[in-house]
Amino acid sequence: MAVGSKLGDNIFTTTIDKFVNWSRKNSLWPMPFGTACCAIELMATLGPKYDMARFGAEAIRFSPRQSDLMIVAGRINIKMMPVLQRIYLQMSDPKWVVSMGACASSGGLFDTYSTIQGIDRFIPVDVYVPGCPPRPETLLDAVLKIQKKIEKEHSLSRKRA
Amino acid sequence: MNVKNVKRVTIKPNIWDLLYIPAIIGGLSITFKHLFKKHITLEYPDEKWFPPPGYRGAIRLNRDELGREKCVACEMCATACPANAISMQGGAAPWDDREKYPIWYKIDMLRCILCGMCEEACPEEAIELTVIYDFADYTRESLIWDKERLLKNYDLTKDGNYYKRQLEENKKR
Repeated sequence: MAVGSKLGDNIFTTTIDKFVNWSRKNSLWPMPFGTACCAIELMATLGPKYDMARFGAEAIRFSPRQSDLMIVAGRINIKMMPVLQRIYLQMSDPKWVVSMGACASSGGLFDTYSTIQGIDRFIPVDVYVPGCPPRPETLLDAVLKIQKKIEKEHSLSRKRA
Repeated sequence: MNVKNVKRVTIKPNIWDLLYIPAIIGGLSITFKHLFKKHITLEYPDEKWFPPPGYRGAIRLNRDELGREKCVACEMCATACPANAISMQGGAAPWDDREKYPIWYKIDMLRCILCGMCEEACPEEAIELTVIYDFADYTRESLIWDKERLLKNYDLTKDGNYYKRQLEENKKR
């Protein structure tokens, strides 16, 4: 936004930055892009045992326009990539991406022509979650890391492709 | 289809049902009951889950008694790895008790599927899977673990209470 570039880093903008970042980090609305077994662990994370709602991320939106954290869980193949990319572009700024599991992050076991060897070749990824599938704790760790990342951001002057 | 013999049943709600209050109380009583049930949520960063023995988490490279890596660079783990996550280069060892040692050793933790095949294949018990399960990171490069990182994992987990120590660190903060 132009506000940040006009005002620069003064006490007014940094305070607003802090406030906006605080509200953003505590109300992450995930958009689940579950294509494989990692999505089952994603559901477990939202369940009562691990309860992602403790971090304000319980409002799962299946509409990309209402969400700001995309969790790509599962292997993505070449036919699926345009869909994923389009959904990513449909999400409104600010948006973050968690690449969950070995398959989404690097292709994992599937070193074949049809599987994308890491979704970061097509969309920017903020946090990578290793594991096959990762434990719910690992995903919670990733959400906490996303929150840490949001804290440091300049919310008024944020620029993102 | 012939549906002549179907008997139409209509339930007419009485005034008690139309109040909706008994239904609300009935529903809320279930919510209220849950207040006294056991709290099952694991408060993750403050509480940790302790993996059972045999849990397959992040990988470590074991050290021998002298603090050197046990690995002899036989590449059995790299051969056994179904995801081709392990790569290494063996070289002449500077020590007398073995011929080879890994000059560099890398595991792509994003490719690794934590199956434990490397642990089974290793003839020297040099590679092992630990209890560490939360190691998400910001970049892909930081999750390609080199020899130093894997040996550090050994130092962190050799006493077997990695998560107990983490809990203590959490309390100090």
